[in-house]
Order: sequence, then structure tokens, then C-alpha cells
Amino acid sequence: MLKTFPVGGVHPPENKFSKGKKIETLPLPKTVTIPTGQHIGAPTKVVVKRGDEVKVGQLIAQAGGFVSANIHSSVSGKVKKIDEVFDSSGYRRTSIIIDVAGDEWMETIDRSDELKKDITLSKEEIVKKVSEMGIVGLGGATFPSHVKLSIPDGKKAEHLVINAVECEPYLTADHQLMMEKGEEIMVGISVLMKATGVNKAIIGIENNKPDAIEHLTKLSNNYNGIEVVALKVQYPQGGEKQLIKAVLNREVPSGGLPLDVGCVVQNVGTAFAVYEAVQKNKPLFERVVSVTGKSVKQPSNFMVRVGTSTDVLIEAAGGLPEDTGKVVSGGPMMGKALSRTDVPITKGSSGVLIFKEEESKREKINPCIRCAKCVTVCPMGLEPYLLMTVTEKQNYEKVEEERALDCIECGSCSYTCPATRPLLDYIRLGKAEVGKIIRQRNQK
Amino acid sequence: MNDVILYTIITLGGIGAISAVILYFVAQKFKVFEDPRIDEVEEALPSANCGGCGYPGCRNFAEACVKTDDLSTLFCPVGGNDTMGAVASVLGMTVDAKEPQVAVLLCNGSSANRKRTSEFDSAANCTIAANTYGGDTDCTHGCLGLGECVDACGFDAMYMDKETGLPVVIEDACTACGACVEACPKDLFQLRNKGKKSKRIYVSCMNTDKGAPAKKACDVACIGCSKCFKECKYDAITMANNKAYIDYNACVLCRACVSVCPTGAIHEINFPLRKAKPAKKEGEATTKPVTKAEPKVNLVEKAKEATPKAEPKKEEAPKADEKKENNNEDKSSNNE
Repeated sequence: MLKTFPVGGVHPPENKFSKGKKIETLPLPKTVTIPTGQHIGAPTKVVVKRGDEVKVGQLIAQAGGFVSANIHSSVSGKVKKIDEVFDSSGYRRTSIIIDVAGDEWMETIDRSDELKKDITLSKEEIVKKVSEMGIVGLGGATFPSHVKLSIPDGKKAEHLVINAVECEPYLTADHQLMMEKGEEIMVGISVLMKATGVNKAIIGIENNKPDAIEHLTKLSNNYNGIEVVALKVQYPQGGEKQLIKAVLNREVPSGGLPLDVGCVVQNVGTAFAVYEAVQKNKPLFERVVSVTGKSVKQPSNFMVRVGTSTDVLIEAAGGLPEDTGKVVSGGPMMGKALSRTDVPITKGSSGVLIFKEEESKREKINPCIRCAKCVTVCPMGLEPYLLMTVTEKQNYEKVEEERALDCIECGSCSYTCPATRPLLDYIRLGKAEVGKIIRQRNQK
Repeated sequence: MNDVILYTIITLGGIGAISAVILYFVAQKFKVFEDPRIDEVEEALPSANCGGCGYPGCRNFAEACVKTDDLSTLFCPVGGNDTMGAVASVLGMTVDAKEPQVAVLLCNGSSANRKRTSEFDSAANCTIAANTYGGDTDCTHGCLGLGECVDACGFDAMYMDKETGLPVVIEDACTACGACVEACPKDLFQLRNKGKKSKRIYVSCMNTDKGAPAKKACDVACIGCSKCFKECKYDAITMANNKAYIDYNACVLCRACVSVCPTGAIHEINFPLRKAKPAKKEGEATTKPVTKAEPKVNLVEKAKEATPKAEPKKEEAPKADEKKENNNEDKSSNNE
């Protein structure tokens, strides 16, 4: 029997329309808008000014602390201005706007297609390189990767778990990357193994991608210590806690990190970015984005420079259909609807989904009928209906007691609720309030 | 049969008497002394338990009053000066009268003034909306229109105006308890001094974006042009974060700033209708924007003129002030 995580989970229709579509490189846009905050953690410090000439891969904003990531220019040209511009958060954020001129790369970047298998750098040098090149987790959470790779004293990693699950419906970016850049990913995984000092890596892939499983299994024979595990299709298997439980049957304690059970989890896209950073000296300034949806004319996977406007991607996929109700950045389960389509693609954008009017609207909120479906599907073993109720009543002590902070915001509860209650909306609110209370408490 | 009744009475009576004796001694032993003045002070308070004073309820506030030596830091916004006078007389202290306050909405982004650019499709809760994105218009500082303030108001002093999509404070019912100030995730409410004859002037915008995007998002945004700052002869206006702040303690209600504001972001409340001539003069330099923005205010005034004075003065939607100013002013008023 195929492995999976034992508690909760749902299986929404997969709708992978862009499956098997070759990764196309988009023509360079006329301007790019690069937000200065594209990761979780401390904000960055802009190091260019208006009128500066920049090259592709040049550092334009420096990490503002340990948990932070450098940002590099994705194009060459002139810095038009540094301004507050709407990004996918729906707020105005400081962004660097660059007028594109030519495509001149930094000389340090190795642009050849040749596969570089020999890992010459030491453990520390790899972590340093990953940090310099601004690599963040490309699964969507955009946590700076070097932080995960810096294993604190007293802890030891035994396994590197590679998240190639792509459990979100619709998205195919990781799948296509595995098919086209398999070798590079394998080298990237070897680099990550060296950096974390483990000799065993497990790639978890869901069973709806048999070609990727076959391809990577074949490749893994040439690399030491890399194993591919096929997993049953179950959302949210891409959550790191769920993935560890599925492949290793270890349970990360409440409030703990994967390292507590000897694991480091990295996304397969991150592994590719690490390969390019460490072996090719290429900073993270482009990524694969799926543009898809039922009404999209040409669902596609694009290699996109960070800072490209979402409009450009939608245009390249056949234009915005007339009956569009919502445009979502990310997957359909965890992604966020955009309030406007001129927002830039960032390091964390894994997909652009276009929903028709009739499939996008949320239904009327009905009273809870106590069916406990949300409890059944919660992969963290929480009681979403209860968390929502106590949040509504602003009883935040109870929200904390009921482990709201364990919620991974996968949205399974809202997806399954027959009364279409906005469970996750309220749980997020509860989490935010509890977070505030805890911060206040810690200050005292 | 009679015996049974008799024994029952004797037994129960006996148990009762013994318990009474035990309870008496226990009560003596565990007696907690409570200042009788707490009850008296509590009596004088409005018993609204709204928390506007900063304490969980009236009882806690009464305890704090009795404990303190100086009543000036304590204030019951609901009862106001009369209540505080009564409290002071119970405690044999004196208290200075405080200027009565009222909650003011610092946004005038009604549906007519702000173009909606998206639709919020989730739980109708302002905080959830604010955590999700900037709002359904291009102004990320303005009212979200989902009415969390109205839910928070314990005195029925607010309602949502369906036409404008903004909350309205009913001036006479508002007790300045501060519940709306606390509730609004965009910090759009401010407690301002009611002012002479309830006349008030304030900047009705919280947008700290630069002028161009602010104006683009909302017709009546404060664009930080400093015209009012230059016009004010009383140093009541400060400029910060691309917007103007009016200090209600320094403001003499001359209305000079209202006339020069090119977007109509400065609001005057409860003033008589302006005579036509001076308004035109001031308006000449900035004809279009002023006429665009002013009708709202004028309508309010007209409505007020028309209604007999006895009727409750409804503060129409354009109640907005700036926040930071609030803070400054709050501080200054506290110092007083």
C-alpha cells in the first residue's frame, strides 16, 4: 500500500490542465517591479538608487538579518524608481522598478547548459552561497533556505526530505521541473545533503505523477543515498509535518520543527535553485509558474523573471477570459485571490489560477450543523469549528489552548464544510490575535 | 401524625440554628474588609460596564477611584464630568472638569468618493479583511465598511449608512467610551473634544500614501499639499506622513483651512452654512476639487439647518480624522 499521512486530509479534483506542458521562457518584459520583501523574516535594505544601471543577477536589496534573503535584479537596465507599489498582499510595499534594456548578465554567472556534477564547496561555503544567492523555500512559504540548512549545535539531521508532492490541485510547476531538470535536481539534492551533513535523502512524490516517479527513480540510481518514495494522493501532503509522517512515520511535536525528529525538508524547486546557485553561481531571480484554469486558453508553465507583472503571464497564456471571477496567486487551496492583476510575480509565486465567475464565488454562510467533517479532515488533529467559534467570541485564551498555532492553514476544513462556513478565515484571525498576545507576553 | 410534623420542625429548626451559629463564626473568621466607599462610588457610576475607562467594569473602576489619591488620571467617559463630580464628592476630593469628547470617523471614502476595484469574498469581518488585503478600493488606509465598529458600540451610537458604506456616529448617543477606536483594524476612529457648541474641524482621511496615489484612489483624500498648514495662523496644523493633522486644542475653529483644502478632506461639523461670497473667493484658486468635495459637507449642514435644533444631531458620514494627530492630541489632553 502506498504511504501517506494518517490523520485527516482531502482529495480535491486535480484539474492539472498544464500537465506535460513544456516550460516556456517568457520574453523579457519592458519593466519589472521587484518587491523588497519576498520572504518570511526581516525586511531587506535597498542598495541601489534611482538611475543606477543594473545587470541580471546584481544584488539590489540586502538581507536585513539572519532570517532574511538577498534580492537580485532579474533583468538588466536602469532603476526607474523605488516606490510603494501594490503587490500580491493587496498592500503597497516598497518595490524597485527597473526599465529593461538588453539582457546583460553578471559575468560571475555560468550560463552554459552543461551539468556540473562535482561539488567543490565545503559545507559552510554551500550555506554561505545559498544565503548570498537569496534562495528561499519555493513551495510557497518563502522561508530563507540558509536558515534551514544552518543546523544549530546540539541538533543533528539524519534525513533530507525533498518535497516533490505538489499536492495542490491545478499546479504543475514542480512536476514539469522534475521532468525537464531531473539531473540538476539530483545534483541540487546532493548539494543540500552535503550542506546538512546527511547521507540519506528521500524524495516524496504523489502517485498522480508516475512519469516523474519513474524518471527520478532512474536518475537516483546514479546518486548515492537518494531514494524516491511514491505517495498516495492526499492533500495536504506537501505540508512538511505531513510529509515527514508519510515518508518516515515520524511525528513532529506540537510547536516543534522538523529538525526535532532529525529531518530537514526542502522543496524540489528549491533543490533546483540551490543547484543553480551553488554550481552555476546564479542567484534566485526566476522561477517556474503555472498559469492555468478551466477557462484559460493555453494552460502553461512559464519560466518567469521575478518582478514580471501577472498581466504579462495571463496574456501569454491566452489572455484573461471574459467570465473571470477570481485570479488566484498560488494553489487553489492555500493561494490568495489577487485584488488586481498588475502585481508582480515574486519568488513565492507558484501559480496563477484563473477561475470562472460561477466557480469562484463563495456560498452563503450557514449555521454549523455539528457534523464534525472539519475535525475529520484536519491533518493537524484540531477542531476547526471550535476554533472558529471561540475566535468569533474573542476568547483568545481558549484559541491558544486549542492549539490554533498548530494550524497549517491548508484550508481542508473550509473546503469540506457542508455549511460553507469560513472556518479558515476565522482560524487565521485567531492565530494572528494569539500571536500578538504571545508577543506581548514575551516582551514582559 | 402530629408528632412527625413536630419532630420535623424541631430537627430542621435545630439544624438551621446550629448552621447559623457556625456560619456566623465562619463569616467572622473569614471576613474581608471592603471599603464601603467602593459601593458608594459604584452607585454613582453609570453601570454600563463598557470598559471605556480602561477597567473591566464599573466595580473595578470604583475600586481604582477609592485607592487613588488623585482622580485626574481616572475618567468615566460615559458619565462625564457630572459623574466624576459625584465620585469626587463621595471621596471628598476635587476633580477638574474635562472637555467632553466624541468619536469621529477618520475616513470619508464613501462609495461615491472611492472607486471599488475588487470585491471581498469572505467572512464579513473588518479584521479578517484587513489581515487579508488592503481593502476593496485602491486606498489601503480607509474604511472597509464591514461594520466591526458598529458591533463593538455598546450604546447604539453607530450605524452603517447603506448609501455611503461608512459608519455614522450619532453624536448625542456617543459616550466616547473608545470601543470603536479599539475595534477598528484600520484605526479610523479618534476621540476628539466635542468643541464649542459641538463644532469641530478635522482632517477626514488616514491615507499616508503620497499625494498622487492617494488622490487617484479617493476623491477626498488628504494629499499632504500643506495648503492648510500654511493657511493656519494658530499653529494648530502639523504635517507628517503625507497628511495634515489638526490639534483640536489649538484650533480656534476659524475654518480657514477648510476653504483652502483642494480635495475637501478637512471637514467642519455643526457650523452654520457659510455665506456664499467668501467661499467663492477662497474657492477660485482651486475651483474644481472644492466644488467636487464640498457638497457632502454642505448637505450635512443643510440638513442640520432644516431640522429643529432639539432633534438629535446626526453626524453624517464625513466624520473622519487623522489618527496620529489623535495620538498627539490624546497625549496632550492627558497631560492637561
